[in-house]
Amino acid sequence: MKKEYYNPEDLKKFSSITEWNKELGEKFFDYYSSVFKEGHLTAREKSLIALAVSHVVHCPYCIDAYTKDGLQRGIEKEEMMEAVHVGAAIKSGAVLVHGVQMMNRHDQLSM
Amino acid sequence: MATKSLKAQKSELSNTQRQLEILSNGIFQNGKLPTFRQKLKEHSLPQIQPQKLSILQINVGYMCNQVCAHCHVDAGPDRKEMMTRTTMEECLTVMETNQIETVDLTGGAPEMHPEFRWFVTQIRQRTSVNEIIVRSNLTIIMANKKYHDLPDFFAENEVHVISSLPFYKRGKTDRQRGTGVFDQSIEALQKLNRVGYGKTNEQLKLDLVYNPSGAFLPGDQMAMENDFKKVLMEDFGIEFNQLFSITNLPISRFLDYLIASENYEEYMHALVEAFNPIAAENVMCTNTLSVSWEGYLFDCDFNQMLELKVASEHSHIRDFNAEALEQREIQLSQHCYGCTAGAGSSCQGSIA
Repeated sequence: MKKEYYNPEDLKKFSSITEWNKELGEKFFDYYSSVFKEGHLTAREKSLIALAVSHVVHCPYCIDAYTKDGLQRGIEKEEMMEAVHVGAAIKSGAVLVHGVQMMNRHDQLSM
Repeated sequence: MATKSLKAQKSELSNTQRQLEILSNGIFQNGKLPTFRQKLKEHSLPQIQPQKLSILQINVGYMCNQVCAHCHVDAGPDRKEMMTRTTMEECLTVMETNQIETVDLTGGAPEMHPEFRWFVTQIRQRTSVNEIIVRSNLTIIMANKKYHDLPDFFAENEVHVISSLPFYKRGKTDRQRGTGVFDQSIEALQKLNRVGYGKTNEQLKLDLVYNPSGAFLPGDQMAMENDFKKVLMEDFGIEFNQLFSITNLPISRFLDYLIASENYEEYMHALVEAFNPIAAENVMCTNTLSVSWEGYLFDCDFNQMLELKVASEHSHIRDFNAEALEQREIQLSQHCYGCTAGAGSSCQGSIA
């Protein structure tokens, strides 16, 4: 067993998850490829959303994949960073909005 | 950014034998990745066979006014190799006596060849070649007063201009091709538009070539074309016909970059993983022959740069024999994965 939890080589083996459960694995990959097709949103827009979400869910594999995907689509680094900030803003907002719960609880318990 | 060719720097990678060793050793020798021949077998594809020749791609010399970071020719101002008029005459004889649909002139910057204009007009006057392509780096048009009228010359001879423009924004273009290249390219494109290029006139076609500025594969050609058209029109009022998306092949300066940036294995893995059997059936070496400045024949311009001559007794333009050459076996190595990845890649863009 390797000492690291994350190994960049593992990203290339992603499709091997179907080996242990063909049906669910294939359903996932079918769903995944359908999601990223051009639709009401362009594939380019979806790539930027995926990049932002990759950061929010702290997935190094996804960050690797969608940075490269963005480069291939001609997405510029400034656009990528703006997308990451959108993710970061939502993540920090989600933390901070819980401050209201803290305030409510504080006031409820305080004289 | 380098200002000298690998050859002038006496780089290890200016040795084509060394390049071929790198492409055959390591990950391809230890079985981590299949060789190109093994991959064809895996997909039950036959050895790539030449079909009827329709394109003669002539490299008139390696001199160029630019030293691009990805250049597979290792071209630059310090490259002095240049086709002689005798060899040009031999090329003209082949065009006169064979049915060559298209002549594709490349370099270096082909326009820098002192006999360039003579050669183009001779092809038009003496042969029945339908299409003359000139692969122009655009900046040459702005480089010196003597080149300023090239757009008029191209139009008079109904030359199909195919121009490199790595991106529609200044930053990426200049990083790959040198500071100031983007602005000069824009000016050159506007000049070409002014004489009628890139619009509706079928005889004045202006196509652009996009290639990735880094260790990644090109995206969808049509989507990129839409982006290029939109931005170039909105920002600069520029029109063009088609965008050709070309994969960087792991040879010469791009191989040097891949190794220096520690991206070589990952890039080769990406090329192998993206192998597309449909693209493999349409690779350009099936209908194209590449002629070097010395008159030798190659399956493609990339093989020319690796000094892999056609596997035939008729390996020089003066010994040209269409029938015999159609029977040759195409020379393959792992750089061929560059033409079969994803939607495939050729000098005319995607092939699948």
